[in-house]
Amino acid sequence: MKASVGGYARARDLAHAFDLLAAANGMGRVIAGGQSLVAALNLGLTAGDLLVDITGITDLRGVRVEGDHLLIGALTRHVDIGSDPLVAEHAPLLARAVPLIAHDAIRNRGTIGGSLAHADPAAEFPACILALGATLIVEGPAGRREVPAADFFVDVFETALDEGDILTGIAVPCIAADERHGIEEATRRAGDYAIVGLAGVRRAAGHRIVAFGAGPRPMLCGAAMAALDAGDLDAACAAIGGELDPPSDTQGSAAYRRHLAGVLLGRLAAQLGDPS
Amino acid sequence: MTDAFRNRIDLTFTVNGEQVEATVPAGRHLIDVLRLDLGLTGSHAGCEHGVCGACTVLVDGAPVRGCLTLAAQVQAAEVWTVEGLTDTGAVADLQAAFVARNALQCGYCTPGMLVAAKALVERETVPSRAEIREHMSGNYCRCTGYEAIVDAIETAARARAGEATE
Repeated sequence: MKASVGGYARARDLAHAFDLLAAANGMGRVIAGGQSLVAALNLGLTAGDLLVDITGITDLRGVRVEGDHLLIGALTRHVDIGSDPLVAEHAPLLARAVPLIAHDAIRNRGTIGGSLAHADPAAEFPACILALGATLIVEGPAGRREVPAADFFVDVFETALDEGDILTGIAVPCIAADERHGIEEATRRAGDYAIVGLAGVRRAAGHRIVAFGAGPRPMLCGAAMAALDAGDLDAACAAIGGELDPPSDTQGSAAYRRHLAGVLLGRLAAQLGDPS
Repeated sequence: MTDAFRNRIDLTFTVNGEQVEATVPAGRHLIDVLRLDLGLTGSHAGCEHGVCGACTVLVDGAPVRGCLTLAAQVQAAEVWTVEGLTDTGAVADLQAAFVARNALQCGYCTPGMLVAAKALVERETVPSRAEIREHMSGNYCRCTGYEAIVDAIETAARARAGEATE
């Protein structure tokens, strides 16, 4: 179908974007790469939005290291996350997630900030950001605040962003020498959203395992993490299914997704260098 | 609301090397501007939600979905469609390989296939068949199956790399 849009404006800078969102009187919607939003518009899931295009705010694009964190601009495209040497060095989980996200043509326009703000519970980047324990940088008319990933994802397509807020960047802790990253997912076709997937980080302080496609938001799997920390992979694989709240749909039943999570955790543990 | 939202957007961009000026509705897709406003009907609108790849065109050198790109967002961009890529010969080898291998039947998916495949054969290394399948996984063909399409792209990629084909 065709998109039904109430209006469109290009923001010159962040201040202009905030003004536009305020003027939109609740109908404003930020558009970046548009790879989820335009699909939603085409499907008629949303109509009449006043689009605020932030893609011209070039300050929000790019990656740099600041202290012990990697700062990723919200407008950094998937394709650039996948090829950026700083991401490969300091946050390899994100680089490894990129080939799993949709297809080349989508990755060429989609942005990491757009993916996180959209908060599809089956998407890869929200799960990675939570597994990494990253911080989301949110700016709004009232100023700037930092939101831990654990507090950002609220429900299906719902985040801690308030009306008028814009996600401007993500601060990811740089990988430590003994840290390992991994991601596993099951899809029917290459590039589909995951039926279920797992993003994992192994640090000296312990494991962080996040499931996606398995609940209303990316889910930290505490019991599986504790079992992995105790060196008991079998117990972790047995526990993870019970921690999830997966949907039943045409892609698979909830029971199938729970089973799959245990299988994927075995593969993920191998990526993380855990003893089998 | 000065400087605020508009229903119709003035655009200047280039299509197949020629500058275009157009005024488009705010929600108009790039693929519809190309097909309906500019008469470039080579690229096709298929599923209109980013799944099938029939609308794949180049924006600033990279393949994108014409149905997931608002025309308003291509201000000052450089757009190429299968018409322009045919005229310049940029995909002539791919087209010849598709014909030689019968890698099309109804042809609806082919313009998108060619644009997607162009990005692959321009890489420095010759892709494996698995890499070709992975790269082309966002382009659906409902006629031929994919074997001949993978064959054609492999032939073109090897020829570009100066390798003999089987």
